[in-house]
Amino acid sequence: MSDAISALDGARSEGSAVVEELGLRGMITLRGDLSSKTVAAAVKNLTGLNLPQQRMCNSRAAYGVAWMSPDELLVMIPYGEAEAATAKIAGALAKEHALVVNVSDARAVFAIRGAGAREVLAKLAPVDLSKERFEPGQFRRTRLAQVPAAFWLRDPDRFELICFRSVAQYVFDLLKTSAAPGAEVGFL
Amino acid sequence: MLILQCPCCGVEAEETEFAGGGQAHLTRETVGASEENFEAYLFMRENPKGVHFERWRHANGCGKWFHAARCTVTLEVFGTYSAQTTRPPNEICDKITARRPGWSLKDWGSGKFA
Repeated sequence: MSDAISALDGARSEGSAVVEELGLRGMITLRGDLSSKTVAAAVKNLTGLNLPQQRMCNSRAAYGVAWMSPDELLVMIPYGEAEAATAKIAGALAKEHALVVNVSDARAVFAIRGAGAREVLAKLAPVDLSKERFEPGQFRRTRLAQVPAAFWLRDPDRFELICFRSVAQYVFDLLKTSAAPGAEVGFL
Repeated sequence: MLILQCPCCGVEAEETEFAGGGQAHLTRETVGASEENFEAYLFMRENPKGVHFERWRHANGCGKWFHAARCTVTLEVFGTYSAQTTRPPNEICDKITARRPGWSLKDWGSGKFA
C-alpha cells in the first residue's frame, strides 16, 4: 500500500502563536447510546480513558475521547491502530444499536500553542475563549470563519483543532493570518 | 443577531453557528389529506410581527434540531426547547407571557392551538 501522508505534511507557522499541522491521527466516530456500559467499556479498553462529560475531551498521551453530541463520540488513537481498533469496537458493540466508522483520512489536525493561542482562535470562531469560560479539557464544535471545526484545550496554552481534510489548507491559512505578527488584539 | 442556546448540547452561541429551519409545529400532511390541508402544509406559513416559533439546527455544532421561541420584532429569544414535541411546552409559554403580557398561544399559527 502507498504511504499515507497528512493533508499539509506537517506545515508550520510562527507568529503570536505557533500553528502546526500534527500529521496523521487515527479517529473513530462512534454513535450510539452514551449511557450504555458496553460503549464505555469498549472505549476504556482501547484508550484507557473514561467517557467524557458533556462538551469535554479526555486525553492521555496519543489517545483521546471527545464528546461530539448527545449520541456521538470521537475516539482518537495512533493512526496505525485505527483500522484494527474500529473492528474491535464494532465487534464489542455488535449487539448494541451503534455505528463505528474509521474517519482518520477524512480529517486534518492542528495544534495552536503559545501565549496568543486563545486570541488566534477567538478571532475566527463565535466562542467565548476567556480563561474563565474555556478551561482545559473543554471541547467545542463550532465554525472557523466559513468551515466547521472542533477544538479543545489540551493544556493551558495549547489547543488542538480538527477540521475536514478538504479544507485543511484554508484552515491553516486562517490560523496563520490570525497569528500574524502585528495582528494581536491584546484582549484575551 | 440572535443568541440561541442549543438544548441538546447546552452550547450558547450566536446565529451563525446555527441554521434556520423555518416555522415550527407544522402538521405533516400525508396520503389521504384534503387538498386545502396539503397546500397549507406545503406553502402556507405564518409571518407574525412578534412572538414566533421556529425550527433551528445546530449545524456547526452537535448537528441536532431544536425549537426556539423568539420575537421577530426585537429578536428577543424567549427560550429553546426539544424538537421532539408537537406543541410549545408550558414553561416556554409562561416565559413569553411574562415578557409579553396578554400574549396567548391561541393567537399564534392561525389558531392552531386554540
